[in-house]
Amino acid sequence: MSKIHVTTIINGDMAEFLADPRETLLDCLRDHLGRTGSKEGCGTGDCGACSVTLDGVLVCSCLVLGVEVEGHRIETIEGMANGSELHPLQRKFIEHAALQCGFCTPGILVAAKALLERNPDPAEEEVRYWLAGNLCRCTGYTKIVDAVMDAAAEMRGAA
Amino acid sequence: MVEVNLWSSLKRFTGGELVVTVEATTVGEMLDALVAAHPGLRPFIEKGVSVAVDREMVSGRHAPIKPGSEVYLIQQLKGG
Amino acid sequence: MNMRVIDTKFRLVGTRPNRPDGLDKVTGRARYGADFSLPGMLWGAVVRSPHAHARILKIDASEALALDGVKAVVTRADFPTGLTGEDWNLQENTMAGDVALYDGHAVAAVAAASALLAQDAARRIKVEYEVLPHVIDVDDAIKPGAPAIRPGSGDHSVPPQEGVHPDMVRHNVVRNIEFGHGDVEEGFAQADLVMERTYKTEATHQGYIEPHACVGQMGEDGKGEMWVCTQGQWFIRRMCAAVLGTDAAQLRVTPSEIGGGFGGKTTIFMEPLALALSRKAGGRPVKIVMSRSEVLRATGPTASASMDVKIGMKKDGAMTAARAEFRMQGGAFPGAPVDLALYCAFAAYKIPAVEHVGYDVLANRPKCAAYRAPGAPMGAFAVESLIDDMCRELGLDPIEARLKNAVREGDKSSYGPTFGKIGLVETLEAVRKHPNYSAPLGPNQGRGVATGYWFNHGGETSVSLAISEDGTAQVSIGTPDIGGTRSSIGLMVAETLGIPYENVRVNVVETGALGVNEPTHGSRATFASGKAAVIAAQQAIGEMCKRAAGEWGIDPEAVEWYDGAARPAGSNAGKFPPMTIVEIARKMGSTGGPISGHHESVPDGVGNSFGTHVVDVEVDPETGRTTVLRYLVAQDAGRAIHPSYVEGQFQGGAAQGIGWALNEEYVYGSDGRLQNSVFLDYRVPVASDLPPIDTIIVEVPNPGHPYGVRGVGETGITPPLPAIANAIAAATGVRLRHLPMTPPKVLAAIKARADG
Repeated sequence: MSKIHVTTIINGDMAEFLADPRETLLDCLRDHLGRTGSKEGCGTGDCGACSVTLDGVLVCSCLVLGVEVEGHRIETIEGMANGSELHPLQRKFIEHAALQCGFCTPGILVAAKALLERNPDPAEEEVRYWLAGNLCRCTGYTKIVDAVMDAAAEMRGAA
Repeated sequence: MVEVNLWSSLKRFTGGELVVTVEATTVGEMLDALVAAHPGLRPFIEKGVSVAVDREMVSGRHAPIKPGSEVYLIQQLKGG
Repeated sequence: MNMRVIDTKFRLVGTRPNRPDGLDKVTGRARYGADFSLPGMLWGAVVRSPHAHARILKIDASEALALDGVKAVVTRADFPTGLTGEDWNLQENTMAGDVALYDGHAVAAVAAASALLAQDAARRIKVEYEVLPHVIDVDDAIKPGAPAIRPGSGDHSVPPQEGVHPDMVRHNVVRNIEFGHGDVEEGFAQADLVMERTYKTEATHQGYIEPHACVGQMGEDGKGEMWVCTQGQWFIRRMCAAVLGTDAAQLRVTPSEIGGGFGGKTTIFMEPLALALSRKAGGRPVKIVMSRSEVLRATGPTASASMDVKIGMKKDGAMTAARAEFRMQGGAFPGAPVDLALYCAFAAYKIPAVEHVGYDVLANRPKCAAYRAPGAPMGAFAVESLIDDMCRELGLDPIEARLKNAVREGDKSSYGPTFGKIGLVETLEAVRKHPNYSAPLGPNQGRGVATGYWFNHGGETSVSLAISEDGTAQVSIGTPDIGGTRSSIGLMVAETLGIPYENVRVNVVETGALGVNEPTHGSRATFASGKAAVIAAQQAIGEMCKRAAGEWGIDPEAVEWYDGAARPAGSNAGKFPPMTIVEIARKMGSTGGPISGHHESVPDGVGNSFGTHVVDVEVDPETGRTTVLRYLVAQDAGRAIHPSYVEGQFQGGAAQGIGWALNEEYVYGSDGRLQNSVFLDYRVPVASDLPPIDTIIVEVPNPGHPYGVRGVGETGITPPLPAIANAIAAATGVRLRHLPMTPPKVLAAIKARADG
């Protein structure tokens, strides 16, 4: 099967790659574009470790084909910090020890950022239900929720 | 002399004794003496056992045993 | 060696600084097992048996090899023969020989130029099977007439079968254990209440989100390199070398960051296949990344268990005797943690007479691996549920009854040795005082209490420390950082050296850089690597004092280390201003050379950890769904070096236990195939399933560690299974004895009770 040339925008930068039509966006990010921050935990859209946004919408990149993103805009964990300035969510995760092994962390950060862009003042229950698509096996979620709530508060204060 | 406490299923190899008295000043000597007295114990010792001496899990054949120490053999402890 | 706790007022130990690898992990920069690539790399794929038990008649790889870009195929024929014992078990599990022993068992592997091509090639490898009868359940496997799996693989612990009627022969039993003390019959006779029940748990998976992944490279000379996500790079090295018939020192294994392990990554699965393929493909590196389905089918879930427990109790709660018989299957290989389960089963209690019997049974399932306090959660489920029923029957408060029997320092343990300093009572008392224990409960709500225990482990440890030219320090450890160890070890070393936390860099190194290290398992990393790091730091301190003494012209014995500097010990020694680590380091090249410290040992002084959990649940009587309302963990950490990461272990263990109690299980079809091999159907707890998990860190310092550390990683998963069962019993009046307690099961039990 011959490969297809795809041009897309990743974290604001133009990017192009050759994709086998069977490859997922996640495969292409990791194997062709050198962006290994998005992780494969399941390949079936159940764990959220591959979370990215596609034209601003939170998706599992393992459920998007690489060839589908021609002409679209993708934001990954690698684009979350502004140069060396971490996003408040990233800072709060470190402060609150909201990660142990850190494997689910990129997906959770991308998902949490998407939440706070929709609702800057979520209740704890909303945070838990929003993040229900992101599995974490290490932390039991308590410190993750604390970090998201704390980041939200800081971002509201700064706004 | 030191009394070594074994686990029950080893009774088969010691003529029914759960406590075997041997002459030893280290864990290594104790294990060797057990096997010398009861050769049926050899495969268990060789596979590896955990040894508790006076309330502490000890490691290594060189670990000292005082006369009158409390010594227990238990199956090897690991973790996950 | 008993080490005096260095001090009780610490500058750094007990604080909560940022972990050093935090930045890499929140930016996606950290490199895990599948994030590594090499030039010229091939991708590997594994062909796996679709049968639970089948003779392998023929493997034909010709069609696969004919594909352009396919570079090598390996089968068992490419592996050495003549292995024995656990080496043989590992080899057999890595690649099937004559018989496929479980659904998912590897039978061949292929390396090709891309991941998709490797999968295409794998599908073209034709394997002919003769399907054999299989057995899945532990109690079925032990019955007369059950299909015999690998006949004759029982070990020296299994009593001989001669003279026993063939109908009574216990098939598939590969290990047998018995231990105990006292006269249990006498004890039961003295009791006011004797209860005996049977409990069952199903197999679960550690459920780490990162699938196994490695890049392996090996030349025909047997020299190799491997990049792999693992809890123990020396274990991987030793096991790969044994399975492949190569030398350990010629294989260098570098650990990546690891996306969870919980015991499941302390052993090999497909790693030797990457090396074998590489060697066959002319030494090109081969990358293998397991899919989630492969992880669930063909790595190492925990055992399933069938357990009979009998306890005798007096009216006032004092236990007089206890008996446990556990049957556990750990797959088609010996290794179910039935011994560990029995050692922990009654460990929290002072019982005059105890008897334990255990059977390790084979079944046509994957080779089990360790899972967080292996065996202990199952035993706790059985024992703590029974104690709860007995307390209910006698009208006793669950915490008071446990305090009445709780082991304290100087008490004989249920497995023999006497306890040293332990903290069980402190955790029970902490829970009793906590507001969660007296929170009001509404309709359909109930509260459950349970205790749990794990020994923790020492194990081979090698650590090296070096002072840099600018007075900062680097520490090389061999235990991968799963939950924040770099931070804890950095704190202990900085505390010992008297320098800022930021001036210490902790590196997790590869096998070529240190002597042997056991994995990060057994709750040992902060204890063992930490203890060795402290000793190594003290060694470096000794050398730095010598350098200062040399400069001052006084006896090294007259120099002490304080606040990051050498100074004369007392006014008699001489009047010299302190010489800081920076000053000493700057000159070290001309005062005697590089300054280092190192320590290798199997450390003594391991401290065990007790915990008590309280959980409140609400059970919906119409659906059987259990909602966890409140969860409290109190556990003895000895000393919390970095309290946030200790809390993290408590919360993580509780979450896994909640999943195991309420929903997780391996579901097999009648064909012996795993039915739920993806996360949709193997459903682990998500954020909306859980309440905030409250924690109490109890500190009864362990005298065997310079800072009093006890391992904490594992104990936290042992109380949740019974605590939740007890809470459901309190909420509904029904007692479930078979995990998981899924809504259909709870509902059926509620209905059965209503129907009388």
